[in-house]
Amino acid sequence: MLLGKVSLTPALCTALRISPAFSGIQKQIGAAATQNARLYASSQAAEAVLDKQAVGTTTATKAATAKKAQSVESQSFAVNMFKGQINPSQVFPFPSVMNEEQTQFLQELVPPVSKFFEEVNDPAKNDSLEKVEDSTMESLKEMGAFGLQVPQDLGGVGLTNTQYARLVEIVGQHDLGVGITLGAHQSIGFKGILLVGSPAQKAKYLPKLATGETLAAFCLTEPASGSDAASIKTLATLSPCGKHYILNGGKIWISNGGLAEIFTVFAKMPMMDEKTGQMKDKITAFIVERSFGGVTHGPPEKKMGIKASNTAEVYFENVPVPIENVLGEVGGGFKVAMAILNNGRFGMAAALSGTMKGVITQAVDHAANRVQFGSKIHTYGAIQEKLARMTMLQYVTESMAYMISGNMDSGSKDYHIEAAISKIFASTDILWLFPMVCIQGSGVERVMRDLRIFRIFEGTNDILRLFVALNGFQDAGKHLKSLQKALKNPLGNAGLLAGEITKRAKRTAGLSTGLTLQGSVHPELSHSGNLAVKAIEHFGVTVEDMLLKHGKNILHEQFVLKRVADSAIDLYAMVVVLSRASRSLSQGHASAQHEKILCETWCIEAYDRIMKNVKDLKSSSTTQVFKNMKAISAAVVENGGIVAPHPLGF
Amino acid sequence: MSPASVFVCLSLTLLSDYPVIRVKPDNSGVVTDGVKHSMNPFCEIAVEEAVKLKEKKFIKEVVAVSCGPTQVTETIRTALAMGCDRGIHVEVSGKDYEAMGPLQIAKIFAALAKKEEASLVILGKQAIDDDCNQTGQMTAALLDWPQGTFASEVTIDGEKVKVVREIDGGLETIKISMPAVLTADLRLNTPRYATLPNIMKAKKKKIANMKPADLGVDMVSRVEVLRVDEPPTRLAGVKVETVDDLVAKLKANGTI
Repeated sequence: MLLGKVSLTPALCTALRISPAFSGIQKQIGAAATQNARLYASSQAAEAVLDKQAVGTTTATKAATAKKAQSVESQSFAVNMFKGQINPSQVFPFPSVMNEEQTQFLQELVPPVSKFFEEVNDPAKNDSLEKVEDSTMESLKEMGAFGLQVPQDLGGVGLTNTQYARLVEIVGQHDLGVGITLGAHQSIGFKGILLVGSPAQKAKYLPKLATGETLAAFCLTEPASGSDAASIKTLATLSPCGKHYILNGGKIWISNGGLAEIFTVFAKMPMMDEKTGQMKDKITAFIVERSFGGVTHGPPEKKMGIKASNTAEVYFENVPVPIENVLGEVGGGFKVAMAILNNGRFGMAAALSGTMKGVITQAVDHAANRVQFGSKIHTYGAIQEKLARMTMLQYVTESMAYMISGNMDSGSKDYHIEAAISKIFASTDILWLFPMVCIQGSGVERVMRDLRIFRIFEGTNDILRLFVALNGFQDAGKHLKSLQKALKNPLGNAGLLAGEITKRAKRTAGLSTGLTLQGSVHPELSHSGNLAVKAIEHFGVTVEDMLLKHGKNILHEQFVLKRVADSAIDLYAMVVVLSRASRSLSQGHASAQHEKILCETWCIEAYDRIMKNVKDLKSSSTTQVFKNMKAISAAVVENGGIVAPHPLGF
Repeated sequence: MSPASVFVCLSLTLLSDYPVIRVKPDNSGVVTDGVKHSMNPFCEIAVEEAVKLKEKKFIKEVVAVSCGPTQVTETIRTALAMGCDRGIHVEVSGKDYEAMGPLQIAKIFAALAKKEEASLVILGKQAIDDDCNQTGQMTAALLDWPQGTFASEVTIDGEKVKVVREIDGGLETIKISMPAVLTADLRLNTPRYATLPNIMKAKKKKIANMKPADLGVDMVSRVEVLRVDEPPTRLAGVKVETVDDLVAKLKANGTI
């Protein structure tokens, strides 16, 4: 019987993180119960991560605890990779979710939308006017562009996420200012009504929003609350008559703020906490109409980019909001906000993949025609590298966008890590790779200005990295916790424990643990597939190491979290292109060999980056670097600027 | 008697701004595989005119018709999205489609117009891939109907149609009785963009299917394409400094 065969050797003790003090004693696995103390202590760390209520009120931690409620067995690839496991169900094969009717419908929609953006919309004009031209807005409304995901019976086009992504890609390719105007309206502005609105709220508001008769805006950010969204101060108090909430506060950086009629507003409300019996501030989401009175807005902000998009401050002064206009649950506003942002994120990746496509076309045109030193510049290695990198980045972004939209359309509910990854990845702007002179008036210059905001809004990339890492840690921590639980009842969980011990022993010995992508990845890509598997294994070990080392303080180790997130992003990217390229090879596309090269090249470099991060996180010199950076930062802050005296002495 | 139905006859053509159209290696024609196809621009103008006439209540129904392989249904759908009421797809594929020319198409359109008792048949003046400029005229002849071709303005006046035609010398205005055949020229109107809600509504409109044989049309072509060649590549020019140089060069290559 298995129990009899496995005994606690020193190697296994190390593998199981059990203190060497016990290792000298040969014990049956059944006796491992007494080793509980040490292992329990280490798992205590993992447990603490789980039970941790938000220390700081960062968006990331709140969201992490909010996700706690979700099912234990996640199908998400990202969640599993943090545990060093492979769940291929959402990533292989590359999702193909549209039925024939949906595909045909989408094919009919693409040409008129493309034509409109090629011939009618004038991005340069929109940019110089700092608004979308009135005639263009009218045409967009007639075209139905303002209600793409509203159900058809409420006056919208009723698109699935994949269909929406395809159209938003066209918009992104031509005019990001228009893209944000449309996105602020439907991707976040009234998305809350679509996601959690009551049937009455949907029937009342969606028809006019779908035709663009009324525009919507998402109002979360305040002067003192950006990334720290849970700290908002806009206040909603129940009126004496009990029929209204009175809203007071101010919001900033609101896209469509000056144009919208319908606002999704987040405000805090003091509420009785059932557990403690004390009053606590909880956030509630409201549907606020400008016509309620007391809603005003400031002038349009002068911005560097996406100038055509209206951005303004919005003020609420004693605005009476009927209690029927609470969106979602009273006190459940934070969850609503996160659900909205989460749901719309893939749209950004889709739009940006279109932008990249457009820029690459221009870059190629320049490189293929410009002659310097006697040859066309695309014959030079430096330019070749730039074009290749741009192409790979676009390939990954596009693959991520459609994988996520496909997963969402198939009913997946836990795509939050992947969605955050896709937004971070897509907003790594590629324009620094572009060799063309950026003359004002050349479309590329405007795109460069438009791109900058994408790293900042809708969840800054810094926060989203923390989100990715902490969410991943949480699930990995749960896994450790379940192991700890199993150890309390080792006889009943012999299989699980034996499996874990074997796995860890193999890892320590440098053997493969049986993790594989064979069968999922096309045979021609098996080498790259192996790189991905190795990376996942090392990544999983690193995640566990970090959890055990830092315990609940992992929350504060942002240097670590950033590197873990970057590795997660690279890993997901590897898997996404493996999936897409495998599909192209299996289907015998003409471009399959080209895609194979894109995939292989990406995987080689991504693997190297991941391994470097893994190595750094184990290295003491990197730890020293983190300490040093902390010290440098402290010194500069204390000094109000540069500390080192001028080399000239004055 | 107000006109009942108007037939708009559509052509599916190679997209004009597609960068490279290649001649087939055997010089038998042009490569069409993988080249983007869409509705002929002049046919778009014809659809727009028919829909406008309906909106002004001069006609009751607009029927969009096209001959060709399955791809052609997309074109008919676009016409439906622009406002046509129903469509007819006459299936022609394979060798028949390759050999299909204006005469065969005109026979089909004529047979349909008679069968469905159309009052007006509107077409684009020519297809931008073959530039034949014959189908409209042949259709009128086969039906023995009056024709108003190269129309830049169409007005319905009781039983008659006033057509302003663009001709080499300027503009010519004629008045013809219905039933009649019109062909649309560039300045007749600016076609509308199909909106997404209209595309959605178009899905519910009917497209009938039929074959040329159903209409008693024989598709045999009397024309045989012998050879297709690319135009000669343009040679680079030569720059000269002075007029004397120019004269010398022209003398040297025998031009003068």
